[in-house]
Amino acid sequence: MPSSAAGAPLLAAQSLSLVRGGRELFCELSVEVYAGQLWQIEGSNGAGKTSLMRILCGLSRYGFDGNVLRSVTPLYLGHQSAVKALLSPRENLQWHVSGEGLYSDEQIDTALARVGLCGYEDIPSHTLSAGQHRRVNLARLFLSEARLWLLDEPFTAIDKQGVDATQALLASHVDGGGAVVMTSHQPLQVTCNVHTLNLVDGAVS
Amino acid sequence: MRRPIEMGNPLLFFTMVIVLFPLGLGPAPDKLATFAPGVLWITALLSNLLTSDAVFRSDFDDGSLEQLVLAPQPLFLSAFAYILAHWLTTGLLLALVSPIFAFMLNLPVSALGTLIVSLLLGTGVLSLLGGIGAALTVGLKRGGMLISLLILPLYMPVLIFGTAAVQAAVTGAPSGPYLAILGAMLSLAIALAPLAIAAGLRISIDA
Amino acid sequence: MWTFFHKLGSPPWLYAIAGAILRWLVPVTLVALVGGMVWGLLFTAPDFRQGNSYRIIYIHVPAAVVALAGYYVMAIAGAISLIWRMKMADVVMKAAAPVGAALTFIALLTGAIWGKPTWGTWWVWDARITSMLILLFLYLGVVALYEAFDNKEAAGKACAVLSLVGMVNIPIIYKSVDWWYSLHQPASIKFSGESTIDPSMLYPLLLMIAAFYALFTCCLLMNMRAELLQRESRTQWVKKIAGKESRR
Repeated sequence: MPSSAAGAPLLAAQSLSLVRGGRELFCELSVEVYAGQLWQIEGSNGAGKTSLMRILCGLSRYGFDGNVLRSVTPLYLGHQSAVKALLSPRENLQWHVSGEGLYSDEQIDTALARVGLCGYEDIPSHTLSAGQHRRVNLARLFLSEARLWLLDEPFTAIDKQGVDATQALLASHVDGGGAVVMTSHQPLQVTCNVHTLNLVDGAVS
Repeated sequence: MRRPIEMGNPLLFFTMVIVLFPLGLGPAPDKLATFAPGVLWITALLSNLLTSDAVFRSDFDDGSLEQLVLAPQPLFLSAFAYILAHWLTTGLLLALVSPIFAFMLNLPVSALGTLIVSLLLGTGVLSLLGGIGAALTVGLKRGGMLISLLILPLYMPVLIFGTAAVQAAVTGAPSGPYLAILGAMLSLAIALAPLAIAAGLRISIDA
Repeated sequence: MWTFFHKLGSPPWLYAIAGAILRWLVPVTLVALVGGMVWGLLFTAPDFRQGNSYRIIYIHVPAAVVALAGYYVMAIAGAISLIWRMKMADVVMKAAAPVGAALTFIALLTGAIWGKPTWGTWWVWDARITSMLILLFLYLGVVALYEAFDNKEAAGKACAVLSLVGMVNIPIIYKSVDWWYSLHQPASIKFSGESTIDPSMLYPLLLMIAAFYALFTCCLLMNMRAELLQRESRTQWVKKIAGKESRR
């Protein structure tokens, strides 16, 4: 489904089939994600959204049939927030982005401020709520230079304001030439085109 | 390092097990001295085993292990860093504190230096091997004793040469060759174990 | 040649090939085992020092040799499944583990039975028996690790890593235990008659070793077939076979 973008897809899944617990979650699933596209994977609980995300980002390497080709290194935000309770949000964020390059303190601070954690940067994370942990993850989106974002339920525990801000961020990333593949239970309200992949009936739009 | 009290746990365990041996075997000083090298080494081994399971567990539980695997840094280097941190807070401490326990077990003073060096080298190997077991079992819900079954056979050569080194020092024989063998084991472990640990981590997060 | 390997990656083919091999291997194994045991147990001369009790060597030594070789088979199968991603290699590895463990146990048991009349104790911590015991732990570790995983593909990969680690360690363990024993060895216990073995005792021993290799292969193939049936229980070819069996 190439939209306006030409060139190789950032992510190509070929004939993915997965059986888990005796149930076939998806069969011969093929999808190509190009720059400038925002994909939402839909499906009820247990339909296999998280399993598919893990296969797409490369965490799951066995147990499924088919191929995944990535032409860029994706940024993956998983179901769990990967926030270490004993470290502060600043330290957690620094650790999360440490592989992608050196970010100055101001950049870290700015990112934390943009997700609404201004003033909370240096307190131990175990005192923060789950939503605030999630915001630390979302702060990464402001810092990252990765073109492909794979986000598994990024709006979990985020309030309405945060959801709006994040949706705006996703739209601007896609408009700037990036691509986003995400799962979410809520319908997206963004200004750009949303491609949906429904896992229950395999419908793609 | 945020919870320094946690470093005390393996040391406390070590102390109490050391106390168990005279209680079980009788306080006769010369008998204790004969068994001292073995007792010290076995206890070091057991306390290493106890702490190895937790090396990756908390990161697995909160999702940071997934991020570590996906990060651009080579996983075997990150794994080595974890093991190094583990060794610094267990094996190194144990080696430095061991003279106290050596005195409690009537180990001759002449053997202390060898004891410390053998523990430094040996616990390094133990941490690396323990890391392999931890990496393979971190994803299992009923891990429990499994890690012990997996790595105790691998621990045995370290135990053999560690005690041999200390025993040699006690009798006045040169302990250099045994320490050299421990050093060789350490080099081999440093070279190969991180690769196995990285492979194990990738498998475990996928399970 | 390449298509042969490719076919091996397909469960029904592997099942059929294993069955074909078993059809002639099982009789050969039985003949070799029975023949070797009869020859060794009945027709060789008693050892001048140990009398008739040494005859258990005809079971003990082959079991020990094949147990060790079996670990290498398992580890190499694991390596093939991990590195070259050959699909059925992990079936070989998984099937080899319990067979090897059983053989190690037999070696230990027969070693103990040998020990009682020879040295007066059921167990002695000598180099070979201690190494065998550690080998048993290594095998049991692989079996336990496989059972602990819910996702069987991950289980296969994990066991492959573990077997490789064990494979690297086996020479180290054997050398260490050997050295450890020589350090502490009391002078009275020595393996008699091992280095100067009479040809009349050697040939039945070699036959038994070959027979045990064949036995290992038979058990391995049978175990593999069972594992294949279990893994592919939902597919057509397995249902066909089950249907055939039930109609008999």
